[in-house]
Amino acid sequence: MAFIDMKRNEIQAKLVYYGPGRGGKTTNVLHIHKTMSRQICGKIVTIDTKGDRTLFFDFLPLSIGKVMGLSVRIQLYTVPGQVLYNDTRKLVLRGVDGVVFVADSLKVQQQQNIESLQNLVENLQDEKIGIHEIPLVLQYNKRDLANSSIPILSQEEMEHDLNRDLGVPSFPASALKGDGVYETLREVSKKMIRRVTHKLRDGHY
Amino acid sequence: MNLVLSRESIYLLESILEKELLCNGVDHAFIIDTAGTLISEGGKLPMEDILPLAALSAANFGATEKMARMIGEKDFSLLFHKGTTHNIHLSRINKDFILVALFGNDVAIGLIRHGSNKAAEQIIPILTNEEDSLGGLH
Ligand SMILES: Nc1nc2c(ncn2[C@@H]2O[C@H](COP(=O)(O)OP(=O)(O)OP(=O)(O)O)[C@@H](O)[C@H]2O)c(=O)[nH]1
Ligand SMILES: [Mg+2]
Repeated sequence: MAFIDMKRNEIQAKLVYYGPGRGGKTTNVLHIHKTMSRQICGKIVTIDTKGDRTLFFDFLPLSIGKVMGLSVRIQLYTVPGQVLYNDTRKLVLRGVDGVVFVADSLKVQQQQNIESLQNLVENLQDEKIGIHEIPLVLQYNKRDLANSSIPILSQEEMEHDLNRDLGVPSFPASALKGDGVYETLREVSKKMIRRVTHKLRDGHY
Repeated sequence: MNLVLSRESIYLLESILEKELLCNGVDHAFIIDTAGTLISEGGKLPMEDILPLAALSAANFGATEKMARMIGEKDFSLLFHKGTTHNIHLSRINKDFILVALFGNDVAIGLIRHGSNKAAEQIIPILTNEEDSLGGLH
């Protein structure tokens, strides 16, 4: 739910990183936290198991600047990608305003990407949100592995698998190296803010 | 759903938190929705701590709601976390909003419970009126 506070002149919106387990959602958020200035980015919260799998969510608040005289605060969350944590994913998706779908470029993850996207569609439906109406951006992560011996999917294959029907912006990335992380964040933020401010300008409030 | 609160509504919410909770010795009080959005707050803690606390409080409520369902309850209307010197009291305002109070051992829990109930009664009309006046966005 986007929330506009007319006393503080502030917009708050919720952005969720979604995608298959081990795809790199948490790595995206860690990169943002590590590289952004403290003025922009607040305290990070991660709830994970002893290893590195997200158990509940990661959370990072960002104050990204002003639009139409309103300061914009984005609350960034990741879901746990492991299939069995669907209840938790649904909880984190509550009140979502925008989604980054982080797909894994590993060839062995091809089917998991498709299933996770389908799972997103279903869980959004339960929230009465259509996949075509919500601000959505795809990220094809782990492109750095193109230079290794590990088999990975081509960007064309990933477009075909995931973006054929959606036709949304997509970005190649290496969250581990930081490539494409900000491009992805910038695009989805722009889409989210545009959606809220359009409604404001049209006098829907 | 989207929510826009006028300057006046925010002032009203802040004064309710002040009168019913902060005046009784509560360290910090805030209102969130079930998605973790921070609606209104007041007290001693810095914002950088309140934002993660808001997200965690909503998640906490969401997770215990699942537990409630498993034992045949719809949800739990309040949660109380007791520490050695600091405590957290979370109570449901209505289906969409939650009131959270952080307080020390010098404040009686009965006072918090009473203050939270009184605050909720006054908060409900403010938040529901604002919601009704909106054309839904999503
Ligand atoms: N080579 C490479 N490895 C990556 C990249 N991004 C993430 N990884 C690695 O992939 C593994 C999983 O990354 P996470 O960020 O924890 O994945 P996640 O999507 O949060 O996983 P869940 O929390 O289980 O849903 C970690 O070992 C990361 O270091 C990348 O761009 N390139
Ligand atoms: Mg993770």
